[in-house]
Amino acid sequence: MKTIFERTPTLKDCPTHYCPGCGHGIAHRLIAETIDELGIHDRTIGIAPVGCAVLEYNYIDVDMVEVAHGRAPAVATGMKRTNPDKIIFSYQGDGDLAAIGTGEIIHAAHRGEQITVIFINNAVFGMTGGQMAPTTVLGQVTATTQKGREAANEGYPLQVSELLALLPGAIYVERCALSSPAQIRKAKKAVKHAFELQLNGVQGLSLVELLSSCPTYWRMTPVKAMEWIENEMTKVFPLGRLKG
Amino acid sequence: MTQQRITVDERILMCGNEALAEAAIIAGCDAYFGYPITPQNEITAYMSRRMPEEGRVFVQSESELAAINMVFGASATGKRTMTSSSSPGISLMQEGISYLAGAELPAVIVNVMRGGPGLGNIAPSQGDYFQATRGGGHGDYRTIVLGPSTVQELVDCMPLAFDLADQYQIPVVVLADGILGQMMEPIVFNKKPRRSLPPKDWALTGAKDREQNIVRSLWLPEGSLEKHNYKLQAKYEQVQKNEVICEQYQIDDAEIVVIAYGVAARIVRSAVNQARKEGIKAGLIRPITLWPFPTEQIVKAADELSIFLVVEMSMGQMVEDVKLAVAGKVPVVFYGRAGGGVPTVDQVMERIKQLTIPVKKQ
Repeated sequence: MKTIFERTPTLKDCPTHYCPGCGHGIAHRLIAETIDELGIHDRTIGIAPVGCAVLEYNYIDVDMVEVAHGRAPAVATGMKRTNPDKIIFSYQGDGDLAAIGTGEIIHAAHRGEQITVIFINNAVFGMTGGQMAPTTVLGQVTATTQKGREAANEGYPLQVSELLALLPGAIYVERCALSSPAQIRKAKKAVKHAFELQLNGVQGLSLVELLSSCPTYWRMTPVKAMEWIENEMTKVFPLGRLKG
Repeated sequence: MTQQRITVDERILMCGNEALAEAAIIAGCDAYFGYPITPQNEITAYMSRRMPEEGRVFVQSESELAAINMVFGASATGKRTMTSSSSPGISLMQEGISYLAGAELPAVIVNVMRGGPGLGNIAPSQGDYFQATRGGGHGDYRTIVLGPSTVQELVDCMPLAFDLADQYQIPVVVLADGILGQMMEPIVFNKKPRRSLPPKDWALTGAKDREQNIVRSLWLPEGSLEKHNYKLQAKYEQVQKNEVICEQYQIDDAEIVVIAYGVAARIVRSAVNQARKEGIKAGLIRPITLWPFPTEQIVKAADELSIFLVVEMSMGQMVEDVKLAVAGKVPVVFYGRAGGGVPTVDQVMERIKQLTIPVKKQ
């Protein structure tokens, strides 16, 4: 029998703690495949966020650190500046990157840090129980917007990638969706490109935003969640290359 | 800005902030991360020039939060790294210091203390003693705290701080103040032999020919965090057993011993000398490590004495550790000034006299 698809070695052979239909598993695989395809397993250091992906080091088999909520781009700065030969990536959710860590990501991009950021946007705080994120869309019901998010009270969904794309230090910013096989293939290309830029020594920050499902706190089936990404999230967070 | 030629084993004149920065470079600091705040700005400016000259890393961060997390990142890869700040900035760093302690990462943090609370002022103070010696951030942890008294001692503290940090995988705080940072004194940079230090086999250097390394402070399975806390505690006990440094001055025949650290101890030393000239047998105990605290030395002194006077540039912080040490055996009297107020020799003398003259009359 011919093997046509198999687990990439950098992705550990173990069950994850993620909910059924969650996008984190897909995103982890894309990163692990990229690391193996680029042959950088021995020199990659990953940064796990506070949030559902805090245990990412249990699934991706490279040297990893777990850091305070939102501070990954500062930690990455300390790592890359002292280890320019290493490939440094951070993996951050929308609470981590777009709420508490807004200052760190903007200034890391502003300084043009040579790091790769994988930004998971699922429009909600997952680990703490489904509260509003800065990226929660208008009308979306969460634990802290029980009648749906209202612009007058909670403001508009924050488009961080568009903000970052304005900065000269951000060399590559692209938004993809983990909503269908076709979109996932596009996301893979983007993730790989973001790592390649760092590997090739191009100075500046590369970021890929991945629109990702949270069926549990969207209160949807996994299939409906995928449809919601494509039909609703992409209206607020249009897909495509924003920079580079 | 000083641009003098730095020489080893030769007397030169430098301000405390620049001297400690150069001492850190000599001690092998690979990376400095910091954010401007008075009265320690000379450190950041000095490092911005000298670190690149040495081919090492300097980054001016966007905040103290970012600075301490840059330190966290560099330390996690096994580099010698430091930051510096002053009181309000150190408050912001507490999150990162707690994570460093939890993840058992070495780091050196210099606090050139100023007046507080809040924005306070930029005058010297010792108001951060509680924050430094009690951990400062959330959770059950300690940092080693060094309280130098002269610019030379500040210089000597830096290699010690880096060595202690590496040996125990612990954040080390160098607790100076605005006077020590700003004043110029003659100093000698000594190249002393390093301690023999354990290899950093835990560092994130890329998982080449070995298993993945993980640096973390999260312990979810039941009982695992308690186990981790016991491990930290055992380490802290080793530090308390092995690393106490304390100066005892004129205490053998003393009828009153004053306890003070840092710049306050310099004033007390003058007062002790003055008292001796006037026939009062005064002495000084000066903790150099503020944590671990020289409890044993103080207990021993308490056996021979009738009274302690504690002098601080605060409203009374270290005095609590002294009281804990003597456990009611002898009275402990406090004199302090805060908010930029610095005790004078006369003021300390007055307290010494108040406390000793009635004793003599008996």
